[in-house]
Amino acid sequence: MNGPQIYFTIPVLGGIPITETIVNTWILIAFITTVCIFLTRGMKIIPTGRRQQIAEKLVTMLYNLVEEVMGKKYIKFAPYIGALFTISILGSLSSLTGMRPITADLSTTLGWALVTFVMVQVNNIRAHGVGGWLKSFTQPVVMTPLNIISEIANPISMSFRHFGNIAAGMVITSLIYTALASLSSFVLQIVPSVFIQSIPIFQAGLPAILSIYFDLFTSFLQAYIFCMLTMVFVQSAGE
Amino acid sequence: MEKAIILAASAIGAGLAMIAGVGPGIGQGFAAGKAAEAVGRQPEAKGDITSTMLFGCAVAESTGIYGLVVALILLFANPLIGML
Repeated sequence: MNGPQIYFTIPVLGGIPITETIVNTWILIAFITTVCIFLTRGMKIIPTGRRQQIAEKLVTMLYNLVEEVMGKKYIKFAPYIGALFTISILGSLSSLTGMRPITADLSTTLGWALVTFVMVQVNNIRAHGVGGWLKSFTQPVVMTPLNIISEIANPISMSFRHFGNIAAGMVITSLIYTALASLSSFVLQIVPSVFIQSIPIFQAGLPAILSIYFDLFTSFLQAYIFCMLTMVFVQSAGE
Repeated sequence: MEKAIILAASAIGAGLAMIAGVGPGIGQGFAAGKAAEAVGRQPEAKGDITSTMLFGCAVAESTGIYGLVVALILLFANPLIGML
């Protein structure tokens, strides 16, 4: 397993490397934008087409979820949660097409987690004022260092959780592929033909079953957890 | 020679780091068992119970994930070799 490949470097500020992750993110952004434009083109007040019904169903589901978890007061966060969920789930599921999943790179998930961190702090300051925000760290005075550490640990734990799950799936899948290739070349030694020996027959079928867990289930679950934690943290910061 | 020692120690360390997987395994099994009990008691609340259980399991998993990240760093991005 290697890190994401560097395609080229932008020669400003000492060179910004453009990696496979960034290019894949651009592809996903273009895909999501195209789907959004396609679903919302030619909307009517009374929906007649199937396209608008799908779009309305998705948006209603999102708003219901946000309202259920965060309450009516925070309904303005729904577009951000929806965007986060969409890019997270597509970024993990893109491994099904053979792309490198963008969430198997710590930079991606750490970026999202830092956005959540800033949102939590800003929401806290908005609700309690700067004085109240500083005071919330010293609730029992003895615990001040621990409170600060636990606040900083939140984005780290969120980003490591998402990154670790997807990256572990990638590592295990590549280990299985290597093992199956050597198993099939070992079994096919009985056939006296170099061409037939080089066909990894065992790689067909079995990895698909593992892919259901490591790609489909983990992707859905991690996207859901990340959005849930974001909503819960932001909502409890404003209490 | 020093490099060989560091590589061997890193591989052993990565293996030891994955012992962290025991804790989340026990915890998630406990959570799943309790969820099964809850579904048995109140089958109509199955959806809520399942989503709560998955959420709790994923949060409980983070300690295991920390161990995994340590193991991955030791195997694929070893910082100790550069110290030679």
